[in-house]
Amino acid sequence: MVTTQKNIFIFFMVLISALLLIPDTIYGDNGKKEALIQAPPPPFSEDIFPCTECHSEMEPNPERRVLEDMHDDIILKHDEKNRWCLDCHDLKNRDKLHLANGKLIDFTESYKLCGQCHGPKLREWKNGVHGKRTGYWNGKKKYLLCAHCHNPHSPKFKKMKPDPAPDDPMKGRK
Amino acid sequence: MRWKVTFINFIKESIRVILKGNKWYYTWISSLLVLIVWGGLGYFEQLKNGLIVTNMSDSISWGFYIGNFTFLVGVAAAAILLVIPAYIYHWKPIKEITIFGELLAVSAVIMALGFVIADMGGPDRLWHMIPVVGLLNFPDSLLAWDSIVLSLYFLLNFVVVTYLLYMHFIKKEYNKKIFDKLILFSIPMAISIHTVTAFLFNGIAARSYWNSALLAPKFIASAFCSGPAVLLILFQILKKTTKFDIKKEAIWKIAELMAYSMFLYLFLFFSEIFKEVYSGTHHLVHLKYLFLGVKGHTDLVIYAWASIIFSIVAFLLFLIPKTRMNVVTLNIGAVLIYIGVYIEKGIALIIPGFSPDSLGQLHIYKPSMIEIRTSVMIFSLGFLLFTFMSKIAVEIIFEDLNINKLRSKSHS
Amino acid sequence: MNMSNNKIKEKKESRRTFLKKTALASTFATLAACGSDTSWDEFFQKNFKTLENDDKNKIIERLEKKYTEKYGKKFTVSGKDPIDDTLFGYGLDISRCIGCRKCVYACVEENNQSRDPQIHWITVLEMAKDKGVDLFHSNSDYDRELVPDDDHFYFPVACQQCENPPCTKVCPVEATWKEKDGIVVVDYNWCIGCRLCMAACPYGARHFNWSEPDIPKDEVNPETHYYGNRPRYKGVVEKCTFCVQRVREGLYPSCVEICPVGARKFGNLLDPDSEIRYILKHKRVLVLKEELNTQPKFYYFY
Repeated sequence: MVTTQKNIFIFFMVLISALLLIPDTIYGDNGKKEALIQAPPPPFSEDIFPCTECHSEMEPNPERRVLEDMHDDIILKHDEKNRWCLDCHDLKNRDKLHLANGKLIDFTESYKLCGQCHGPKLREWKNGVHGKRTGYWNGKKKYLLCAHCHNPHSPKFKKMKPDPAPDDPMKGRK
Repeated sequence: MRWKVTFINFIKESIRVILKGNKWYYTWISSLLVLIVWGGLGYFEQLKNGLIVTNMSDSISWGFYIGNFTFLVGVAAAAILLVIPAYIYHWKPIKEITIFGELLAVSAVIMALGFVIADMGGPDRLWHMIPVVGLLNFPDSLLAWDSIVLSLYFLLNFVVVTYLLYMHFIKKEYNKKIFDKLILFSIPMAISIHTVTAFLFNGIAARSYWNSALLAPKFIASAFCSGPAVLLILFQILKKTTKFDIKKEAIWKIAELMAYSMFLYLFLFFSEIFKEVYSGTHHLVHLKYLFLGVKGHTDLVIYAWASIIFSIVAFLLFLIPKTRMNVVTLNIGAVLIYIGVYIEKGIALIIPGFSPDSLGQLHIYKPSMIEIRTSVMIFSLGFLLFTFMSKIAVEIIFEDLNINKLRSKSHS
Repeated sequence: MNMSNNKIKEKKESRRTFLKKTALASTFATLAACGSDTSWDEFFQKNFKTLENDDKNKIIERLEKKYTEKYGKKFTVSGKDPIDDTLFGYGLDISRCIGCRKCVYACVEENNQSRDPQIHWITVLEMAKDKGVDLFHSNSDYDRELVPDDDHFYFPVACQQCENPPCTKVCPVEATWKEKDGIVVVDYNWCIGCRLCMAACPYGARHFNWSEPDIPKDEVNPETHYYGNRPRYKGVVEKCTFCVQRVREGLYPSCVEICPVGARKFGNLLDPDSEIRYILKHKRVLVLKEELNTQPKFYYFY
């Protein structure tokens, strides 16, 4: 190949690799792409992931029941009358979650699962109006997954102790 | 030049006059000096540690100092307003009335400016308000207007009264053409200083208690019934102790005009009460705090009621001819209206404006010891100044101190 | 005659010098009492916005040196101008705020507010659900075990950065004004401490240094802006500046970043794709004391 052709080829290879390596992108409501950096990884309990370490050996049991041998520390308070674990966790591949249409997704994209029922929230989260974002108002922002603030098994936001009230303005005066 | 020498003699004689006096005079002056020193040490604490030595806070950011300032601007304005009836009714000692009115105005303006300086967070930065050298936000800021009109008013009165006394001293007729006009000009100036001070408050939309169109007329009306009260008492004293020949009828006329002013003041006050009570909006809470107390805090109630009751009683005393012409009830009325307006322009104006605050939180305020000491210092300085200037005026006008007496002394 | 004239002249001279000396002495005494560490340059410094860049840089250098000496940390004082085509807007989601006050204390740290006496630029009001947005029945010093309380909602208030600010027009020396990017700032070296702006503010957003501010040396934030979080002086007014030292570098204000529930949103009102514009378009938005026509750029929404 001639040098210029070679250079053009290298350029395009580099470009394609770069495009492939761009971190997770999220589309805003108007279709505009915003380059974002995912903040922390999904908030797994210690040593619980990858799930297949245990579950690849086990016989999957699709029967709805109260778990006794393991994961009995999880209290499900998320429409538990109508749903249970395997409505979100995939039966065959425990390292993945599944959508209503059966499509498998990573834990890093769990928002797609939440968004099936919580559509308006997902839309607002994508637009940056729901949930915390840090970084640059005119540049790169860090976002958080739904699971970082809302425990998917018991999503209601826990109350917390407030920081101290302001001092009495007359404190220390005579 | 000759006039320089005579003017220096005028100053020298004035200093001699104020250094000489009877035992009452010395007692009075020494007490004032003691109070000034005591107050001054308190003010020094404030300069050192900042305004934290007061009881003001972010919510109640103005207090005793600004209350006194507002009241004194009223006194300064009203002292001159007496000149109007003096001219209309052709009162005999009109020049003397004018002079004492102006002396009171000068002292009151100095005290008012003293309170402004005492209230500043950075008094060493006051030069920022001087145009060209600093940056004066004229015409947007009412405080800029106030600094200009108060300075002009002070200059005007000080120049006029010094000139009149000096002319008296050198036994020459004063330049009627210029100075009569200046004296008349001081009347709209007097109205302007108090109107500008009122606008300072009522232009602030954030404080619904002040944001009333009636505030400026109410200020003028209450000033006119409180300022002359001081002169009323002073003239009676002068009539008894010097050759000051003011007719009883003139004194009664002053009192009668004050009565009409009191009526206007009470009417405006009642109008404000009606509007707030009948409309019954959230803004009523400030008046409620003042007159009835709110959330258990009733610290202002007694002062509010005292003010209005004193004012009504004074109004009646001045209105009814029998009590107006009786020397005891006349003076009781003068004192009552003075106290009534002092409360109305002081504590009853400032505190309810700030409490409940912009975010609806209720706060209490009571002047701290340092605030009281600083205020005592400023009032004492003003009284001292007024005493000195009045003594000089009395010597020159009534005891006939003049340049000829000096010349005859030096020749003998 | 000549002799007495000379005597008078002498007396005049001595009187004049005496008066001059007394005046100078008393000025210095007062100055000494007011601010003993005020240099000549600092005392005569003019209003910052009227200065040329050279003078501004000199002042900034002097301040950096002074702060570095005082706090023992390398201080930077930025004089950064507003970014072009920017008008900052703020959104506060009152359906999310839980009243934890983390924003209050994040602001205190970021903006070098005095700890004693305590200054908070943000006031969080606890409001009763059955009374709604009613300031008189709100409470700024709630002290609960857990928030949010079931019968209350929370309403943080700081400077609303009004488009028609009632505070800037009353300042007698123009020590406070609205910048091009919409932030209302204070020149701490020009403010005379008359507190007329505090009386004029309908939102209780302005705070005064009633005494020398006290910032612990180990907690001081040395990255500052001249109009923002640089340490202030006794006797001057201060308030929220939308973290001017951060936002002019493109960062979010500290309160936005610390809020654990993401109730605080910030952006450029002139950018149609910003978060704040989305809020204005799709949410129910209200401003405080709208009838005063202050046109706040702090939008509460739900």
